[in-house]
Amino acid sequence: MLEVTDLTKTYGRGDAAHTAIDRVSLTVAGGELVSIVGPSGCGKSTLLRCVGGLITPTGGRVVLRGAPVAQVPEGLAVVFQDYGRSLYPWLSVRDNVALPLRRTTRARAERRKAADAALAAVGLAGAGGMRDVGDKYPRQLSGGMQQRVAIARALAAEPVLLLMDEPFGSVDAQTREDLEDLVLRVRRERDITILLVTHDIDESVYVGDRVIVLTPGPGRVRADLPVSLPEPRDQITTKEQPEFVRLRTEVSRLVRARDAVAPALESGTVANTEPGGIRP
Amino acid sequence: MRWLWRVVVLAAGIGGWQLWASAAGSSFFPPPSAIVARMYHLWFSGPAAHLFLTPDATSNILPSLGRVLAGLAIATAIALPLGIALGRSPVVTSYLNPLLQFARALPVVTMAPVFIVLFKIGTDMEIATIVFGTIWPILLNTIDGAATVDPQHLETGRAFRLSLGQRLVWVIVPATLPKAFAGFRLSLSLALILMVFAELVGSSNGIGYEMSNASNSFDMTFLWSTIVLLGILGYLLNALLGGAEQLVLSWHTTKGRD
Repeated sequence: MLEVTDLTKTYGRGDAAHTAIDRVSLTVAGGELVSIVGPSGCGKSTLLRCVGGLITPTGGRVVLRGAPVAQVPEGLAVVFQDYGRSLYPWLSVRDNVALPLRRTTRARAERRKAADAALAAVGLAGAGGMRDVGDKYPRQLSGGMQQRVAIARALAAEPVLLLMDEPFGSVDAQTREDLEDLVLRVRRERDITILLVTHDIDESVYVGDRVIVLTPGPGRVRADLPVSLPEPRDQITTKEQPEFVRLRTEVSRLVRARDAVAPALESGTVANTEPGGIRP
Repeated sequence: MRWLWRVVVLAAGIGGWQLWASAAGSSFFPPPSAIVARMYHLWFSGPAAHLFLTPDATSNILPSLGRVLAGLAIATAIALPLGIALGRSPVVTSYLNPLLQFARALPVVTMAPVFIVLFKIGTDMEIATIVFGTIWPILLNTIDGAATVDPQHLETGRAFRLSLGQRLVWVIVPATLPKAFAGFRLSLSLALILMVFAELVGSSNGIGYEMSNASNSFDMTFLWSTIVLLGILGYLLNALLGGAEQLVLSWHTTKGRD
């Protein structure tokens, strides 16, 4: 489905050069949900943007369904962390969801229908005693609901690959759990492959079929752990299983162990601190 | 309650003016009652079929309004697309910036003699003056608005593979509009000033032309009538713009969550 080989991205050149990710290789099978976890500034977002064709890598290649990715490929959708800045405030919720469909669907009524179906799929049809969420503007909704709209927009075009960049980083804990369960449900109901970037260790284990741990900048693959938790997952019972506890401990250790990989490997192009230019 | 107090203050202001002007009895400061009566007689006592406008009103107020609107329309038609194009091309804008700043700094009134030579006295010259004066606030604000579109909005557009045209129509233009409107608001009041100025300089009709007639014949009540009329027109045009803004930018002007 998705093959990433030796992906490298360096920002700037000369003395100011900063390598965000360094020779990252990974494969994702169709229908898999892979979590990518790592400390802040490990190039997670850069990796996701390279995979999505939003930025051009310095080296290596990304192959999606047999075709090399140069620009944003067909069948891709993205959910960004900052819903407040990725939803368009001048469009109603429904128009936000329907906008990407303009490329493929000419009839307005059809776009509207698809948008409403996507909103229903994320639980925003007649929710919260409101007659029609679709007619509201994004800023009239809570943060969690806005992120649901962003997910609906991503789903409306029925993508094969969904990229999620710290999608639940800006919502409260309860909402976060609801949204995690929403992603798991969406994945069960549709034939969709998901690459989810997060800095939350519990989240990476809870939603993932696999967890890929990146080293702090420049990001490299430190570990690739299969998650063998039974489906369907549940916020309470899954998280009390010994396997969950074992995995979260292991991932936690891998994320924190900044020097666990031989220091020679890390041979400092850039220190482990978090310079401003890391996030694109 | 607040609107009631506004009416009270307004009424008290006009009442005070009336009392003072009547008591003073100066021919330079006629009381508002005389001004209103004169305004009615001059402009608003026409037949119902003409919306009560007199021939004097249709041959002076309407041409003036026409010039203001034509000038603003031309200025907007040039400034909006140009501003968006320049705002999205920071390199070109940085080269052009000294030129823009220089042109903007020229007082429009100094350009009037040039326009008189270029267009002869008449409507063309008046509209040219209004266009040249009102284009800058719209242009500079639109450039600023287009240059500061949230990068995340643009990246989202790319992530969903919107075409260039779609990104322009659905992302860049709406994101630019609030600032463009702010510029337009400035230009509207400028347009009224320039309309009067251009008509004072040389015109055969219009509100400015009537003012200059009233002034030359020392008809103070007539002169004050034109001034009050201009105030009312300015207020109405601003209110109209406010309504349009509310309509177009409701997403921007309405308060957050309800």
